[in-house]
This record gives sequence, structure tokens and C-alpha cells, in this order.
Amino acid sequence: MSFVLVCLAGGLGAAARFVTDGAIRARRRTAFPWATFAVNVAGSFLIGIFMGIVLFHDGADAWHLYAATGFCGGFTTFSTAMVETVRLVQSDRAPLAVANAAGTLVAAVAASAVGLAIVGAL
Amino acid sequence: MSTASSPRPPYATGSLIALVALGGAVGTAGRYGLALALPVVGGWPVATLTANLLGAFLLGLLTEALVRRGPETTGLLRLRLGLGTGVLGGFTTFSSLAFEIERLVSGGTAGVATAYAAVTLLGGFLACFAGIWWAARRQAAA
Repeated sequence: MSFVLVCLAGGLGAAARFVTDGAIRARRRTAFPWATFAVNVAGSFLIGIFMGIVLFHDGADAWHLYAATGFCGGFTTFSTAMVETVRLVQSDRAPLAVANAAGTLVAAVAASAVGLAIVGAL
Repeated sequence: MSTASSPRPPYATGSLIALVALGGAVGTAGRYGLALALPVVGGWPVATLTANLLGAFLLGLLTEALVRRGPETTGLLRLRLGLGTGVLGGFTTFSSLAFEIERLVSGGTAGVATAYAAVTLLGGFLACFAGIWWAARRQAAA
């Protein structure tokens, strides 16, 4: 049963990503893929919050399974970030490609750490 | 505000959002299944790494194959959103990657964290590139 609920939470996350990504893209048309960047950094912040509840406040397994693994996992995407990085290289924008791959990773790890720290301080 | 001459964009169309949600649930099943099957080895989150590298390869393959089919029809749009945005987007994850690296750094294993990050980014780039290259080659041969 919990397996099915994790999958449903992932589907909800993917739908939220699709809507958020589309809304950002409709407003910002830039070479740098800001929409995917924003989704991935926001989702990494959220997983820090949810896992902080588990780690620091004895949160129920549901936070880990449904909110973190399910929703955040479905909300964020590594595959799209990679396709966009390769496309930047193919269009002779190698510096932007490196900035995208490395920049997303650094910002996402930092966002996760901030989420954890906020919950840890509560 | 919407009129007959300006249909809603895909991200505001209910049936397409539902399609992405369905695909995302399927992709999450694959990712969670891998997480249950593959253990952490020497601090390395092997399950996340596997899902991300495999998903990057498959999305490269799918994206290039679809682009080479020419102008996007409704059917191709549904394939791109259902399989790409939904299944492969849900199969891969950036949040787990970020959280795992944060935990490795906080746990005093910055070396493992750096290696994991480098292998994921370089491997993901190469896997995606390989998928695109393969799709291009297949199409050229056809």
C-alpha cells in the first residue's frame, strides 16, 4: 500500500513540476534553463525541510516516503537538467552548460542544507 | 481571457497535466523500486545514481528521436509529456541527489560527496549525450 502512495505522491510532484516549469517558461525565455533550475533548487530545499522533520523531530516515516521520496523526487528532475546541459553544449554555449550543471548542483545542495538547518533550529 | 483562437498552453491543460501525473507515478515506481533493491555501497547512493544515469540516457534518446520526427503533432506532444516529462522526469531526481550530497558532507565524508557529485554530473552528461547520439544515428540510418 505504501508503495502505491509513494508513486501517487511522485505523480503529484511531476504534475506540479510541469505546471511550475511551464508558467516560468511562459514568462522568461532565456538561453539559461531557469525553469528547471528553479524547480530543482526549490525541490531540494523542500526535501531538506521534510527530511529535517524526520531526522531532528522524530517525524513519521510518511515524511520520508511520501513527501521526500515521492513528492520531491517526482517534482525535481535530473534527466531534463542533463538534456538542457547537452543542448547548451551543442549550441556552442559551453560556459552556460557548465554553469547550469555545476550551478544547479551547488545551489541545490545549499538549498537542502538551508532546509535542514531551518528545521533543525526549530 | 482564453478564446477559441488561443487554446490553453499544455501546462494549463487538465488532460495533459493528468498525463504527466500518471507518467510521474510510473517513473516514481521505478525509482522507488531501485531504492528498495539497491543498497548504499561504501556511502554511495547506488540507487539514485543508477536512476539518474539511466534516466539521462533514456531522455536524451527520447528527446532526439522525437525532434527528428519533425513538427510536433498532438500524438508526439503526448509522448514527450507522458514519457519524458512524466515517466523519466519522475524516474530521475535532483532533490535526493542534493540531500545525499549534503548528508555526505555533513557526515565528514566530503571526499565521497565530491566523487559522487562528479560521477553523477559527468556520467549523466555523457549518458545523455550517448542517448542523443544513438537516436541521431538510428534516424540517419533509417
